[in-house]
Amino acid sequence: MDTFLPLLTIFMLAVFVGVEIITKVPPLLHTPLMSGSNAISGITIIGALLSVAAGGTLPTILGFLALVLATINVVGGFLVTHRMVAMFRKKDQGPS
Amino acid sequence: MSVFIDFTYLLASVLFIFGIKGLTHPRTAVRGNLLGATGMLLAVVATLADRQVFGSGLQGLGLILAGVLLGTTIGATLALKIQMTAMPQMVALLNAFGGGASALIAGAVLADTADPGTQTVVATVVSGIIGSVTFWGSLVAFDKLQGLMLPDNPVHFPAQQALNVILAVATVGLGAWIVADPSQLTSYGLLVVVGSVLGVLLTIPIGGADMPVAIALLNSYSGLAAASTGFVLNNDILIITGSLVGASGLILTRIMCKAMNRSLMNVLLGAIGPDSGPVQGADEVYAGRVKSTSPEEVAMLFDGARRVVIVPGYGMAVAQAQHQVRDLANLLESKGTEVEFAIHPVAGRMPGHMNVLLAEANVDYDKLRAMDDINPSFQQTDVTLIIGANDIVNPVARTDPSSPIAGMPILDVDKSRTVVVVKRSLSPGFAGIPNPLFAADNTVMLFADGKKAVLDLITAIKDG
Repeated sequence: MDTFLPLLTIFMLAVFVGVEIITKVPPLLHTPLMSGSNAISGITIIGALLSVAAGGTLPTILGFLALVLATINVVGGFLVTHRMVAMFRKKDQGPS
Repeated sequence: MSVFIDFTYLLASVLFIFGIKGLTHPRTAVRGNLLGATGMLLAVVATLADRQVFGSGLQGLGLILAGVLLGTTIGATLALKIQMTAMPQMVALLNAFGGGASALIAGAVLADTADPGTQTVVATVVSGIIGSVTFWGSLVAFDKLQGLMLPDNPVHFPAQQALNVILAVATVGLGAWIVADPSQLTSYGLLVVVGSVLGVLLTIPIGGADMPVAIALLNSYSGLAAASTGFVLNNDILIITGSLVGASGLILTRIMCKAMNRSLMNVLLGAIGPDSGPVQGADEVYAGRVKSTSPEEVAMLFDGARRVVIVPGYGMAVAQAQHQVRDLANLLESKGTEVEFAIHPVAGRMPGHMNVLLAEANVDYDKLRAMDDINPSFQQTDVTLIIGANDIVNPVARTDPSSPIAGMPILDVDKSRTVVVVKRSLSPGFAGIPNPLFAADNTVMLFADGKKAVLDLITAIKDG
């Protein structure tokens, strides 16, 4: 249990940081916010990498499936967010 | 080496925070997203340098390469092929994969660890429950949005709530059993199965216009699942990232609920719908008072207008009419008319759906105005053009406390001098109630498909 409190502290502080930043995201960008936050929640990819490498048949299979799903989240999430945010522009800016 | 990895994780966390911060303005959004992607790349590279991964031999590295290639191919194909109108489905799928990955990793750790501590096991149970609920709940949402097997409308059956409560209790019971005896892998499998059924049952009563809430909430769950997996792995970056995403989803959920003046509970139980109590009959509201118009007449209205506001709704997305709407707006502007777009927070099927569609059609983002921002200006608006929206412009929300949408903040379109409603028929919106706006003295109806109506309007203006 000696790791639990420090981790819980990090969790709570990160929630506060999240609330502070995210309330500042305008409704205009709420869809990219959702796909973009999906992309970064693909950080589970590092847990998947560790599981695949752990050895043992069952952890490897589960880890491999997780790796595929998390990679889809990361690649798909960042790409589709890029597609969207690149479309938001003012007329005088022209295509970016 | 371990210090190097931890330091890189810290750097990646900071980049994620700056990345989301970039999304607070369209000007900085592209850079923000790139910062986030850079953070992810750093975190992955650092993990590959971990002794456990790097030392896993050819088989392990081969599997990693295969998994990453497969995921990249699927992810890139989805991201590049998906139409902007289908973005709610895409986000639902991404939510599903996030939840699924967390449940799988927690299972893998449980199977791999000989004598896991209490924190690990409890976090594993939480990841398993939230992950499987998120995975199946999001797949149901995807199915409904895509219109595959399940109806878009809420699905209700007898004793639905009782069954949900029983399943929720069952997951907690199974969880306690796993904590008591972590060596029983079958019980984790059972937990995931029960969680999956719960995920399906929790999402099928949510339909149509309530989808923005469901998607935002599932988004939050997928973040919480990732955070919980961080507790399983004793990993800071998963916890930080997961809680950021969890907070984001919860904030969006709250905004959506407020925009419908409903509690989260009310939305989750699917309490709104076509059969929610007696409503004023459509005949009573519409009889003899609805005025149908032609594109030529509307063109004449536009001709004398100094200021026009366009209100897009889900119907514009269904008709894929955003490009034609842009052409119409440009044409009006070229004649010296001021044109703006009024975006209701729950217009469409996910938060921000209409903004993305109009941005895709190259509409200047300064013209996309949020509800609170544009509402005071309707009194100075000559013509308001409504395309495929219904409940979000229904004045009953202000006047009838017994209405299913009572108290919902609406766009005050009825305050403008003339209202033109483009709609295929007088059929009700998701709330299942008639809209007195359609029968108001200053409203005319242009009965047609959204895209065709706008094209006809453009022709009529050019000819006139």
